[in-house]
Amino acid sequence: MFTAILVMVGIAVVTGLVLGWSAIRFKVEGNPLAEKIDAILPQTQCGQCGFPGCRPYAEAIAKGEADINQCPPGGEEGVKKLADLLGVEPKSLDETHGTPKPKSVAFIDEQTCIGCTLCIQACPVDAIAGAAKQMHTIIAAECTGCELCLPPCPVDCISMVPIAEDLPHWKWKHPVIELKRVA
Amino acid sequence: MSRELFKFKGGVHPPGHKEESTGRPIHAAPLPKKLVIPLHQHIGQTAKPIVDVGDRVLKGQMIAAASGTVSAAVHASSSGIVRAIDMQPVPHISGLPDLCITIETDGRDEWIAHAPLDYQAMTPAELRVQLRDLGLVGLGGAVFPSATKLDPGAAYPCPTLIINGGECEPWITCDDVLMRTHADEILQGVAVMRHLLGSTETLVGIEDNKPEAIAAMQAAAAKMDFAVEVVSVPTIYPGGGAKQLAEVLTGKQVPSGKRSTDVGLQVFNVGTAYALARAVHHGEPLISRLVTVTGHVVRPQNIEVLIGTPFDTLIQLAGDLEHSTGVLMGGPMMGMPVPNLDVPVVKATNCILVKSAELFPPLPRALPCIRCTRCADACPAALQPQELFRFAKAGDFGRAQEYHLFDCIECGCCSYVCPSHIPLVDFYRYAKSEIWAHEKDKQASDLARERHEFRLFRQEREKAEKAEKLAAKAQAKRAELAAAPADKAEPGSATPSEADAKKALIAAALARAQAKKAEAAPKNTDNLSPDTQLEIAEIEARRAKIREQARQPLESKEKT
Repeated sequence: MFTAILVMVGIAVVTGLVLGWSAIRFKVEGNPLAEKIDAILPQTQCGQCGFPGCRPYAEAIAKGEADINQCPPGGEEGVKKLADLLGVEPKSLDETHGTPKPKSVAFIDEQTCIGCTLCIQACPVDAIAGAAKQMHTIIAAECTGCELCLPPCPVDCISMVPIAEDLPHWKWKHPVIELKRVA
Repeated sequence: MSRELFKFKGGVHPPGHKEESTGRPIHAAPLPKKLVIPLHQHIGQTAKPIVDVGDRVLKGQMIAAASGTVSAAVHASSSGIVRAIDMQPVPHISGLPDLCITIETDGRDEWIAHAPLDYQAMTPAELRVQLRDLGLVGLGGAVFPSATKLDPGAAYPCPTLIINGGECEPWITCDDVLMRTHADEILQGVAVMRHLLGSTETLVGIEDNKPEAIAAMQAAAAKMDFAVEVVSVPTIYPGGGAKQLAEVLTGKQVPSGKRSTDVGLQVFNVGTAYALARAVHHGEPLISRLVTVTGHVVRPQNIEVLIGTPFDTLIQLAGDLEHSTGVLMGGPMMGMPVPNLDVPVVKATNCILVKSAELFPPLPRALPCIRCTRCADACPAALQPQELFRFAKAGDFGRAQEYHLFDCIECGCCSYVCPSHIPLVDFYRYAKSEIWAHEKDKQASDLARERHEFRLFRQEREKAEKAEKLAAKAQAKRAELAAAPADKAEPGSATPSEADAKKALIAAALARAQAKKAEAAPKNTDNLSPDTQLEIAEIEARRAKIREQARQPLESKEKT
């Protein structure tokens, strides 16, 4: 009886030590679910979801504080992917957060720009080059089309230009095959 | 013909239609009034224009330089004036324009100074740069820059060099005719390839439906000072595919996702070998090529065409007929419909095939897939086309990739045998381009995430740096003030109170600001005429008066 208790206590101590050591050794930094959600989000950093950037929104979804249908740039496809990841039913996009738009980049009318740097401060991905009282310009390859630079501009010189289809971006369309009516 | 030949899996036997265009001698196309030369005629990065609108250029002059490791230069095909550098229609199924240089020819066809390259005296690297600057690309259809392909790298010895004279695609005969007429020059180009790759074995594979080409190449091979084996291979489509020909000749299969150099092979088209010989032995850049114009025309034939010549000129030269139902660039199996005939011939244009309802009757409407797997039997890449079709149609691109979608060479055998007439290859092309687009989007979003995270980090860092700087400055000032009054006001309180320090700080700042104001004297006040000086004095007096008036009511208010 005494030996049995000793053995049980021994096992408890050993397992406790192993568990405690692994908790320190294999500690996971951050929330792995938030990471996965963040990888699905389009990284526009536009804030239309109501959070300051994609990462905070991902963390909110992971905690269950936000719904999966608040990201218009991700579109229905994004919602579907999030639903697959989280094992919930996909739903349609929440219209209150905006509607999906064609992919665009910002364009600064350099004749009108006064060089106030307000758009530079607003850009979440540092895609605007310029300095105080100098002309500003968009680095088109790095612009996510978040539209955050539009409201601060005092002279309304920024417009969104939809990305036109050109040869490097051209895609084969889904073939349309007419099926023969047999009945 | 003692060589043991192997067989690749699958393949089909479509009607050849080769004799239509081989009966006539090679014609040179007349010099067009206008040449439109696209800058992206190869795989890799677009060449960068190095001429300006209005410049006069000579035949063979480089007009756009290679940019990046996988790229090739582009040259003027004839002498004339550069009229535009802009977006022009190019031969592509989408009909979208691309960057082109338009040259108005002057009819003189004046060559730029060019000389043969002494390739044996050059290092391989030097020679490759020369070939890149001469615009050499693979002329078999893929237009991969030859200079890159001729550099196997030290890790990949390339003992076997295969020259591809297969030309398995129906209707096309430009390689056949080239071998018949320029066999010696092709083998001179092969000698340069051997020199660059260090190959010990050279094989020329030609399908047995081209006996004249085989005879001509064998006669030329006998004259060469190195061993070239000209092998007649059985005619089966796609036996002229690089991987298929390599397997037939050597029995070696290129593993999925690997390149032929990984198994010690390199495959070049005969047209590329000819262009290489022209480049090395004459110093000529790639500015023209043989194009088969065939199908629904009066005189199907092969034409020597300057790059940039419009398609419709060539079709008219071959005699255009009524009731054509479209034009393909390439053959009927892999060719691409060209929506607009105003487009120029590019380095990839091996054939212009004019369709008619008799030659190419419209396909009956597609029926659903019945999973008969005839496509799987025909597939030369040993894939499961019926499964790929299912995944591509459903948008399940991940599964399609698991089924080795990217090993598909788009040869069209599956569509050819499909009893339901499903355009299978169109689905694979769609799936491939969706996957590439996805990949691009992912890269863009990763870049955006990285930049956003760096921005947050930078903002934090700037805030911390600013706070640190302010704290250090305040500390320094306090220490300075603590030292100064201690000397002056020794008899009074030994240590000045906190309030005194603050007051002193404010006083110092005020004094500084006033000094600055006084320093900032108005500009443009030297060398003035007495009149202007008088005027300024008047203005100053008026200002002083106003200032005085402005102060008075305030003071009177304060008093009451």
